[in-house]
Amino acid sequence: MLEAVARTRDALMGAGGVEEALRGLRAERGQESASKMSVIGLDLHYGSFHVLKDVSLDFPERQVTALIGPSGCGKSTLLKTLDRMNDLVPDCRVEGLVTLDGQNAYEDIPVNSLRRRVGMVFQQPNPFPMSIYDNVAFGPRTHGVQDRAQLDGIVEQSLRDAAMWDEVKDRLRKSALGLSGGQQQRLCIARALAVKPEVLLLDESTSALDPISTAKIEELVGELKRSYTVIMVTHNMLQALRVSDKTAFFLLGEMVEAGPTEDIFTEPVDPRTADYVAGRFG
Amino acid sequence: MKEGLARVLFGAAALISTLAVALICLFLFANGIPAMAQIGLPDFLFGTTWKPSADIYGIFPMIVGSIYVTAGAIIIGVPTGLLTAIFLSRFAGGRISSLLRSGVELLAGIPSVVYGFFGLMLVVPLIRELAPGRGLSLLAAAIILGIMVLPTIITVAKNALDAVPKAYYEGALALGATHERSVFRVVVPAAISGIMAAIVLGVGRAIGETMAVVMVAGNQAVIPTSIFEGVRTMTANIVLEMGYAADLHRGALIATGVVLFVFVLLICALFNAIKNRGERS
Repeated sequence: MLEAVARTRDALMGAGGVEEALRGLRAERGQESASKMSVIGLDLHYGSFHVLKDVSLDFPERQVTALIGPSGCGKSTLLKTLDRMNDLVPDCRVEGLVTLDGQNAYEDIPVNSLRRRVGMVFQQPNPFPMSIYDNVAFGPRTHGVQDRAQLDGIVEQSLRDAAMWDEVKDRLRKSALGLSGGQQQRLCIARALAVKPEVLLLDESTSALDPISTAKIEELVGELKRSYTVIMVTHNMLQALRVSDKTAFFLLGEMVEAGPTEDIFTEPVDPRTADYVAGRFG
Repeated sequence: MKEGLARVLFGAAALISTLAVALICLFLFANGIPAMAQIGLPDFLFGTTWKPSADIYGIFPMIVGSIYVTAGAIIIGVPTGLLTAIFLSRFAGGRISSLLRSGVELLAGIPSVVYGFFGLMLVVPLIRELAPGRGLSLLAAAIILGIMVLPTIITVAKNALDAVPKAYYEGALALGATHERSVFRVVVPAAISGIMAAIVLGVGRAIGETMAVVMVAGNQAVIPTSIFEGVRTMTANIVLEMGYAADLHRGALIATGVVLFVFVLLICALFNAIKNRGERS
């Protein structure tokens, strides 16, 4: 570990510069990973309110990236920028670049296909007022899957992936609104997985749940990162520490610091990050 | 002390409406039931001949007429009204929406005799031109009633659609669904109990309408065999003959009112059942 830091410092001094140094450090930690999504020089305004200020951040593939920071710092707004849910906000202006697999997410990819590839689970569980089966099948049906057997397969697999197949397999035709809050949220995850997204956005998806449901979803996220790139907003710093590989700290619309989660929590560079993770404000 | 006074005042006001309903019931049943008994309930309800001059009072053609006219109004009014409500709630921009809304409100305020007049001057001649018969017909009544139920259906359905949580719509969009699909496959089904209530209220409005129907329906007391033939509803039956009816004839007309009242009660019960189910889910 110390060796790595020393080498990093050497590299910083040397000709290779920061990029090479970081790559060296990532390789050292076995975190060499391509970016699935990136934002570059992102500025976002709601009317005259400058919500995000020149944010640049990479989201590594098949890893969990946590966005932390006090309320109103813009982390949820950033998440909604990634699947263009901000389009619904009147007077929202987005400048800068958002990429998915190197493509411009706002210009090269049609919005509905972007939202299929970048799924989202909201803060409050929002199952549709229909059966459990129809909830999960909604996405595939939307994207043209009609075949009954194929739908059955997708529904089962998605519910299995969300670790709730055994709980609900006998009541797939019952209303989703009869499920508990934690089950509803896992159903929403299953519903998001059913369209086979590449990226999964979790917007404080456990904040409305009890500790046991939260633990289940955290465990689930650990499983999901094998196949998906996960980006989560959380108020719970322990959750970020438990679940994420990379953490970005936001304050008043600026990204203060981003890096491997361990580093952010143990040796943050910026004193504001240090204060926040130590619980001194926020 | 003041509060006590207010209580009495409000209580008395509330009592007036309840009392009115009770008195109407009492009057209807007290006058209608003996007539029904005298005619014989089966003969009255299912008799197909209405001939007061011969003391034959079968109101089956009028019951069927009311049902036909109401069904026609629903066939015309429900799709139009629902699509308008969906448009107002989810598609129209602020300016168009407020313009349309005031149009709908105005539609609700037009007296029914004016609708009848409109039907007589425009709809009836048009049907006479294009179809067999005199134009005074089931179709004309259905068209006019179809327009008259629009404000009820639009307002109630729009309120139901507006009340659907935003989270459903956003959840559908986030899965990659288009605006149209999100609206028609998630928002509209979520508002279904309110939409059903809107339809039931529209039915109630249609079955009770009198003046506009009398003016355009032709009013023959015979079961029509085509939509271009004339039809007489229960309401029309009462209003056409009440002026000169006496004795059993008068009783039979009031008994027609009893049957109409029972229909309206059933519609109210249906409305409440739908509303309760909607609130529970």
